[in-house]
Amino acid sequence: MAILVLADHDGRHVKQPTRSAVAAAERIGGEVHVLVVGEGVAEAAESAAKLPGVAKVLVADAPAYAHPLAEPLAALLATLAPGYSHLLAPSTTMGKNVMPRLGALLDVQPISDIAGVVDADTFVRPIYAGNALATVKSSDATKVITVRAASFDPLPEEGGSAAIEPVAAAEDPGLSRFVGQELSKSERPELTAARIVISGGRGMGSGENFKLIDAVADKLGAAVGASRAAVDAGFVPNDYQVGQTGKIVAPELYVAVGISGAIQHLAGMKDSKVIVAINKDEEAPIFQVADYGLVADLFQALPELAAALDSK
Amino acid sequence: MKILVPVKRVVDYNVKIRVKSDGSGVDTANVKMSMNPFDEIAVEEAVRLKEKGKATEIVAVSAGVAACQETIRTALAMGADRGILIETDAELQPLAVAKLLKALVAKETPDLVIMGKQAIDDDMNATGQMLAALLGWAQGTFASKVEPGDGRITVTREIDGGLETVDLKLPAIVTTDLRLNEPRYASLPNIMKARKKTIETVKPADLGVDVTPRLRVLKVEEPPKRKAGVKVGSVAELVQKLRTEAKVI
Ligand SMILES: Cc1cc2nc3c(=O)[nH]c(=O)nc-3n(C[C@H](O)[C@H](O)[C@H](O)COP(=O)(O)OP(=O)(O)OC[C@H]3O[C@@H](n4cnc5c(N)ncnc54)[C@H](O)[C@@H]3O)c2cc1C
Ligand SMILES: Cc1cc2nc3c(=O)[nH]c(=O)nc-3n(C[C@H](O)[C@H](O)[C@H](O)COP(=O)(O)OP(=O)(O)OC[C@H]3O[C@@H](n4cnc5c(N)ncnc54)[C@H](O)[C@@H]3O)c2cc1C
Repeated sequence: MAILVLADHDGRHVKQPTRSAVAAAERIGGEVHVLVVGEGVAEAAESAAKLPGVAKVLVADAPAYAHPLAEPLAALLATLAPGYSHLLAPSTTMGKNVMPRLGALLDVQPISDIAGVVDADTFVRPIYAGNALATVKSSDATKVITVRAASFDPLPEEGGSAAIEPVAAAEDPGLSRFVGQELSKSERPELTAARIVISGGRGMGSGENFKLIDAVADKLGAAVGASRAAVDAGFVPNDYQVGQTGKIVAPELYVAVGISGAIQHLAGMKDSKVIVAINKDEEAPIFQVADYGLVADLFQALPELAAALDSK
Repeated sequence: MKILVPVKRVVDYNVKIRVKSDGSGVDTANVKMSMNPFDEIAVEEAVRLKEKGKATEIVAVSAGVAACQETIRTALAMGADRGILIETDAELQPLAVAKLLKALVAKETPDLVIMGKQAIDDDMNATGQMLAALLGWAQGTFASKVEPGDGRITVTREIDGGLETVDLKLPAIVTTDLRLNEPRYASLPNIMKARKKTIETVKPADLGVDVTPRLRVLKVEEPPKRKAGVKVGSVAELVQKLRTEAKVI
């Protein structure tokens, strides 16, 4: 039977974590279909159809889907589920909101945040903030899965030409209504998709001081992240949080500035290819995972770093 | 408004866990156990709603071994009114927990269930959404603000791009995110008072729920360890190494 991947998209493109989820689906094996849900999402459907290896794109385009509310989305997926052996979504807040609800509708125990595929029934998932990896085998007939994007290289954006097929909207349970959203505006790459991430912690001292991080991020084309302490203190918005209970990132380069390296933070970044830590405390645990550690005051080091990146 | 708050007993977030050498799981013998931090936030929110006169009664529920009583006591000391222990030595996965909670909801008929977005041991982030589906209720997950109104509740949610606000029909499920509130510490007098509050014990069979796990854990391993690298002496050296050695910039 085929595999259905629920796309996370912005109305025009499928987001990078979706491409990782499709990569995971291909690892499981079988015909891969992608479901694009929204209102006015023809362009996003076309971007899904270009993903290599995708056999079919299903599109549910209706006003009820203008915002990705869990209740109508799970109801729609439940109507499509009988045709599929596996239903996947990326572990974005959208996927995490919808898929467990779908699991319960199907009487299936979902498998959250998989980081590896062993076979069609068996998956690897991190537990205890990534300090242990559990290999779990599902006995459910249908598998409902969210995929840790950082663990699967995303497919290229182009290469395929899948057929696009409309599907009917399911009945809206009418339980929830979208009121509004406040999205952080940024010209920078998305945290979970960036090649380079630079994060600040409590050591930054204020939101104003994040300008020092921004200056370096601009030079590197990096995304900006933060520790929970920096978010809780109000230095930066919630969506900057990297960690066990925030975003999981695995960029080529992760720079941690004024971050001590609590296990909950490490859980979100320790799979990065190269880790740099800048901290004035040489005993800070972050140095235990850093490839390059610089014991320094960040207020001196960051301006120096911005300047050094200018000169070749 | 009556509020049900499920609270899970987990390995304390400060404990550095050890994977058992036979690969069967994580060593939880003799380690400090605490209430899941997100559930403390859930209890706190319920207690604040009661203090504001919006909630009338708070029932704390935990499913698991007899020692989960301690977790319930903590909730009672924070201000919950009474507790229910669903006692079992069986391994519980979120679907089973959601079914147990559904059965309790049928008995207790709360207007709102506030629970953690994720338990910090198994990191499933699933139980709340599953309970909502089983009950046919709305769900407000990853909440950073909740405002109950007349037959409805407004929930502000932490999402990948920022914040989203939804309006839900009551009864509903809310799952807590970190910024919802800062949980209080129970005061000594309240800890004493909590000893007198009642905890009722039920068994999964009393609730007619089959808790057989659907996921079998084949093995648990340690993740590959990162080795500590080198200390660099200056920013200039750092940049040079990133350019010529690591080749990432
Ligand atoms: C349920 C739960 C979930 C959590 N989830 C997350 C999560 O997802 N992500 C997360 O990050 N945390 C999370 N945490 C919090 C985590 O435990 C730590 O408290 C947090 O990561 C600490 O942030 P920090 O390193 O910025 O602050 P601190 O630990 O206070 O470290 C600040 C560091 O800055 C350094 N510093 C200070 N001034 C300077 C200076 N001038 N120059 C250079 N260095 C300086 C200090 O030496 C210190 O090492 C969670 C905790 C709990 C209980
Ligand atoms: C390797 C491994 C070994 C395990 N061994 C055992 C074992 O020996 N014994 C055992 O009991 N379980 C065991 N489990 C099950 C596991 O610890 C979790 O209980 C289960 O998978 C639920 O997932 P979660 O807590 O991450 O749910 P989440 O969906 O992340 O939890 C979200 C919220 O649901 C509520 N909730 C969840 N569980 C409960 C509960 N029990 N009571 C009240 N509220 C709750 C809380 O409000 C919590 O914040 C094991 C799991 C693994 C992977």
